[in-house]
Amino acid sequence: MTIDVATVRKVARLARIAQPEETLEKLAGELNGIMSWIEQLNEVDTDGVEPMTSAVHMPAPMRDDVVTEGGDPEVVLSNAPKRAGNFFVVPKVVE
Amino acid sequence: MSDLTKLTLKTALDGLASKSFSSVELTKAHVEAVESARVLNAFVLETPEQAIDMAKASDARRASGSAGPLDGAPLGIKDLFCTKGIRSTAGSKIIGKFIPTYESTITANLWRDGAVMLGKLNMDEFAMGSSNETSAWGPVVNPWRTRGGNAKLTPGGSSGGSASAVAAELCLGATATDTGGSIRQPASFTGTVGIKPTYGRCSRWGVVAFASSLDQAGPMARTVEDAAILLTSMAGHDPKDSTSLAVETPDFASFVGKSVKGLRIGVPKEYRVDNMPAEIDALWEQGIAWLKDAGCEIVEVSLPHTKYALPAYYIVAPAEASSNLARYDGMRYGLRVEGANLTDTYEKSRAEGFGAEVKRRIMIGAYVLSAGYYDAYYVKALKVRRRIADDFDQAFEKVDALLTPTAPSAAFSLGDRSDDPVAMYLNDIFTVTVNLAGLPGMSVPAGLDATGLPLGLQLIGRALDEGTLFSLGGALEKAADFRAKPQKWW
Repeated sequence: MTIDVATVRKVARLARIAQPEETLEKLAGELNGIMSWIEQLNEVDTDGVEPMTSAVHMPAPMRDDVVTEGGDPEVVLSNAPKRAGNFFVVPKVVE
Repeated sequence: MSDLTKLTLKTALDGLASKSFSSVELTKAHVEAVESARVLNAFVLETPEQAIDMAKASDARRASGSAGPLDGAPLGIKDLFCTKGIRSTAGSKIIGKFIPTYESTITANLWRDGAVMLGKLNMDEFAMGSSNETSAWGPVVNPWRTRGGNAKLTPGGSSGGSASAVAAELCLGATATDTGGSIRQPASFTGTVGIKPTYGRCSRWGVVAFASSLDQAGPMARTVEDAAILLTSMAGHDPKDSTSLAVETPDFASFVGKSVKGLRIGVPKEYRVDNMPAEIDALWEQGIAWLKDAGCEIVEVSLPHTKYALPAYYIVAPAEASSNLARYDGMRYGLRVEGANLTDTYEKSRAEGFGAEVKRRIMIGAYVLSAGYYDAYYVKALKVRRRIADDFDQAFEKVDALLTPTAPSAAFSLGDRSDDPVAMYLNDIFTVTVNLAGLPGMSVPAGLDATGLPLGLQLIGRALDEGTLFSLGGALEKAADFRAKPQKWW
């Protein structure tokens, strides 16, 4: 498996990171270096092995479906890059 | 500089209790030490006024007889922990001006017990790095230098600021976090003690997320006992973290000094890797001999999937990171760079806000999770992760703990490995297995290499058996009698 420039462009788009065209080739080289090192995982026999999705041996706890805190727009908005009244201002989404 | 910065946390707490000095005196001495050590770049934010206020409040509590277990002790806080009203950046430009409106559970626990905050500590961006060089605030410098040398060395990473500050006696202890070795490797590089507890022991609430199934907070300190005192305060069940374990927190300090006679110690043969410096191998042998002298039984064990731990980690961690870091979109908080439309704004904000290593890992994560590769990479890595955890389960049927080196080298020069990501990743070869399996691991300073730099040994325990690690760590510390300190040049 090799990662070409087109793949890097696609992955950068998926990750929502602008990558200038002239950086893609170098990035492809770096990602290939990392991914080819990772390929050694194929040596491991994992037939019938259950994927390990958590490091804790306990079921996910449930909590009561109640409001615990909230109702303070000043706190919620205090780090907003842009706000108007009690709202976040974001770029137009619907034309 | 005052001698008060030379104290261990334990002796400082004893001195406060016996009224030999006040928390204000102790804190002032540390504030001065922090100010005089700026060349180390260990702190990204100093909070001296807050520290003195907290110290005054502590002295008042002590006068009224209501002092907590850490009352009056000045600590440093890794910048990954959200601190209410105090800038918390995770070493990143994308949240470089972020002021949390809430307090992380761990820091809240420390303040509950009376600790004093000196400021926020430098770290690799989003804890992604092994040399502190990915920080948006620039690299931290290790207070240690080679004998006669003056090259700037890395304190390790990602908790480089924590390690450097503790080693340089700028604080009595520090919080840190460990996703693949970020507490233990810096501890080894700076002659300090660091423990990553069992996954779930310390709440992750309010700690900026990197890879949630691996992230775990822990303390860094100058002695095993100090680390035990700090972990006792930090740990505990927290309903706000769904993976927080509902278990009692023992008094970890009570395990330090306990006899380790009869404990069976496993030595995993797969940790004898190629190209390991002979000195590290020799130190490992020395550690084995010390524990044997203390009455332990040494057993060779096999962890056959060890070599696959790092490659598995570099799928699992970036996959989780790419999901976790999706929240930095410049909309509700953090850096926003306006673009032509919404997607352009996202892409520009993230391109401007994230550093190169973080971008690389997010992209690897997005790649291994993308359609067509999910099973081949991500699911495969999770299966290998299970194999690694099974290896430990089998070993712990025969032994009570494992002894290994902490890192495959001593501290290296800043800039030495920053061009080759895989060479940098190999720093975590002995530590990362523990994160994948969710086990506790501790690094204890054990000796100096030929150039005078500290080296650590790692103890790995069963889940929730930090107590045994503190007993063994105490035994190693006593046998090693590690007293070396960095020569002050800063």
